[in-house]
Amino acid sequence: MSDPSTRALALFSERYNVDSAAIATVLGVALSRGGDFAELFFEHRESGSIAWEDQHVRAASRQAVQGLGIRVVKGDAIGYAYTESLDLEAMRRAADTASRIGRGDANIMTIDATPSGAVASSYYGIDSPFTSIPAAEKVSILQRADAAARSHDPSIARVDASLFDEIKTVMVARSDGLVVGDVQPMMVMRVSALSEVDGSRRNAATSGGGRLGIEYFDRITPEHLGSESARKAVLLQSAIAAPAGSLPVVLAAGDSGILLHEAVGHGLEADFNRKGTSNYSGRVGQAVASPLVTVVDDGTIADSRGSINIDDEGNLPQRNTLIENGILRGYLQDEISTRHFGVGPTGSGRRQSFKHYIMPRMTNTLMTAGESNPEDIIRSVERGIYCKSFSGGQVNISNGDFVFSATEAYMIENGRITAPIRDVNLIGNGPDALSKVTMVGSDFTMADGGWTCGKDGQSVPVSIGMPTVLVDGITVGGTSVG
Amino acid sequence: MVNAHAKDESLSALAASVVERARKAGADQCDVIVQRYTEGSVTVRLGELEKVIEAGSQALGLRVINGGRTAVCSTTDFNPAVLDKFVTDTIELANISAADEFAGLPDAALMARPGIDSLQLYDERIAAMTTEERVQLARDCEAAAVGYDSRISNSDGGSVTSRAGEVALANSHGFVGSYPSTSVSLVVEVMADDEDGKKRNAYWFSSERRLQQLASPEEVGKIAARRAIDQVGARKIPTVRAPVVFEPMMAAQLMGSLAGCASGSALYRGATFLSGRVGEQIGAPGLTLLDRPHEAGRAGSRPFDGEGVATRDSNLFENGVFQGFLFDAYTARRTGKTTTGSAMRGIDSLPSPGTSNLILMPGEVPPEAIIAGVKQGLYLTTLMGFGFNPTTGDFSRGAGGFWIENGEIAYPVSEVNISGSMQAMLAAIDAIGTDLTWFGGSAAPTIRIAEMTISGL
Repeated sequence: MSDPSTRALALFSERYNVDSAAIATVLGVALSRGGDFAELFFEHRESGSIAWEDQHVRAASRQAVQGLGIRVVKGDAIGYAYTESLDLEAMRRAADTASRIGRGDANIMTIDATPSGAVASSYYGIDSPFTSIPAAEKVSILQRADAAARSHDPSIARVDASLFDEIKTVMVARSDGLVVGDVQPMMVMRVSALSEVDGSRRNAATSGGGRLGIEYFDRITPEHLGSESARKAVLLQSAIAAPAGSLPVVLAAGDSGILLHEAVGHGLEADFNRKGTSNYSGRVGQAVASPLVTVVDDGTIADSRGSINIDDEGNLPQRNTLIENGILRGYLQDEISTRHFGVGPTGSGRRQSFKHYIMPRMTNTLMTAGESNPEDIIRSVERGIYCKSFSGGQVNISNGDFVFSATEAYMIENGRITAPIRDVNLIGNGPDALSKVTMVGSDFTMADGGWTCGKDGQSVPVSIGMPTVLVDGITVGGTSVG
Repeated sequence: MVNAHAKDESLSALAASVVERARKAGADQCDVIVQRYTEGSVTVRLGELEKVIEAGSQALGLRVINGGRTAVCSTTDFNPAVLDKFVTDTIELANISAADEFAGLPDAALMARPGIDSLQLYDERIAAMTTEERVQLARDCEAAAVGYDSRISNSDGGSVTSRAGEVALANSHGFVGSYPSTSVSLVVEVMADDEDGKKRNAYWFSSERRLQQLASPEEVGKIAARRAIDQVGARKIPTVRAPVVFEPMMAAQLMGSLAGCASGSALYRGATFLSGRVGEQIGAPGLTLLDRPHEAGRAGSRPFDGEGVATRDSNLFENGVFQGFLFDAYTARRTGKTTTGSAMRGIDSLPSPGTSNLILMPGEVPPEAIIAGVKQGLYLTTLMGFGFNPTTGDFSRGAGGFWIENGEIAYPVSEVNISGSMQAMLAAIDAIGTDLTWFGGSAAPTIRIAEMTISGL
């Protein structure tokens, strides 16, 4: 099979007659009022999902979307327009709308819109796309998860699940001659279980997936997702009130990477730093974390939910070191910010869809492994909490305050994990929390799941990863005082 | 600018024609929703134009229910040949689903009847807004914020977005309805610095369906600037149990979380602490929470819901007593109830019950008196994160605002957390303000909760 860029270009050319000549024409219109730079982002997306509720398929759905987003840059200003029709006339109209940011004479340049060749590497590729899988097989996956959750514990009263799949084909064509594409698969399965004991109801969810087809289930079985949900729901039945106040917190390997996403990642997106609105603005080269902390954003991890073969401006992804041994090394860039900072691209320009403008975004954000034995980390804590699963988080970019919500957490007493605690929010400040990282485990783990990052109303898929880490003091927002 | 394919066809005629195609292709029951809009958006930062977006969009969603088997599909391509295949694919997809005795359209008798549109959801002036007008509003708003005080050190910009569109719904009962609507929003965010350089940002906004209702750009800018400056020097406080006063925007957010627990969808999934508690005194006697879909010109108003059912008023709480859940057709049948006309409907998803305009009724205490009645406590102006579990009612979220000492605002507070259970919080509401304030599709006054856990140092 040819490389993903060639396949993407072929789709737009064969299905919509979007060839080199059409691209050159539309880019010409986009620059007809003096814009400095223009970019076309073509997208074709087919997705489907099956909703499983209480032992039956509640509904099946499929969506098909295609469109073009056109960006024209004039100085620091952006004109943006989009269209769902890929007729040449509709594309010209959208280009004309976006061109108005130029407010001047045409920027006449010869546009070479011949394909730029294969992408350097492909970090994903599916063996068995969902579209080729019989419906009965997909339904049986949901059934298996349901059965595993129910057989895990007699208190499981209800299981809901969903199975989502998508193939997104994109093509970026720029006035500087770059014409490149990608075919981006995605699947996510989510299982939620409800435990009911004498009227006390507790629910918990588990999800998994990545840029894969149905072969995902060769690695993680539907039974595992089902029984994990059940285990967490049952555990919550005996959970005690979480403590309130500043305590040592041990973050388990994997899901805890959400700490990095909120405490570091967003604040290092270059748009905030270009504007000076981030708490990390102007701090490259300074210590912003404990020397034990090295954080990278890596868009090249095989099959990971946050990985990309090209970013949505056509640049190649890479492994970007954000913090090295506690020192801030750099930001996540898009084209506009690379020009501002005079640095190279980091492959971080992303958007939700053709309707959305580019922003610098994270891909897979992780902390590299340290040298501590994870068990020693837990043993070192006299009284604190151990957090294993999270539902989400949020950060205030400007002052660095962040929160994240733990859905599976335990007390640590005298160096041992003891009682499970109820859902609890943790709140901290980015550089402050990272300076309190006093132990980093050797057990680096990528998270599984359907992590989705929201910024300025745009959602993009991401992933996270982390070893076991001790943060010597985060405010734990429980109800139990003293 | 809209897709040329559909330019000459009214949306409701298109929706009805797709219903007809689906019936002919063998669908027992079906409904079609079509949306079309044009939008314009601008951002001005530090006086310079940063971003201009203009576009039009359209999409169509079809739900087929065949022998209780449901499928939902969507497309943005309205080409007749594409639609024919789209319809047959959707009918075929329904076969994957299991027969569900509760699946089906709402009863035909519940459909909205065509009537005079008195909801004032459309404003010609918004539909006709130009880029230049949007730029001027955004520029004035940002300038008012930045110029409010010399301590304002930076800006994230002022933005204006306006949208004009139409939604049409048709179903196999013969219902066909449509209505146009507009919206315009103005938002600005600025920041001020602590002595040690920590940034204190704040935003403010106005969002309306009619241009004349939009707050003036100067007012929005000044409020954002004042909120940023008021947070300068914010500090963390020791962990304590104390009263929490919710400003109206925070009270509206809390009521939104509560309303999610009153959804028929949460009810049949066993995922709400309100399950089995209709008629119970849960909240303090002052708690009256209403869903009102017919408020003229409000963001949540609509003549019919996402299934064509005539919208109607619902009371969620009266004097602290839980009155009942919001339903669409499916969740109502599942639980032996009748739809409340509360179906929310995306183009590509199943209907699900939600609120229209959610109103927490005001009380009799002036907001200043609510603060004055607190010896020591938190005045809440910011909530962060998603720490609410509807099944158990456990509430734990990041918080910021001001510390109250002896009935007066003493100093700003940040990086703390407030927690409690929703049941206990509702029962502990001991003051409700007179200052009912609207935020898009919700409205609330200041409220005070007698005691919550505030986690800090």
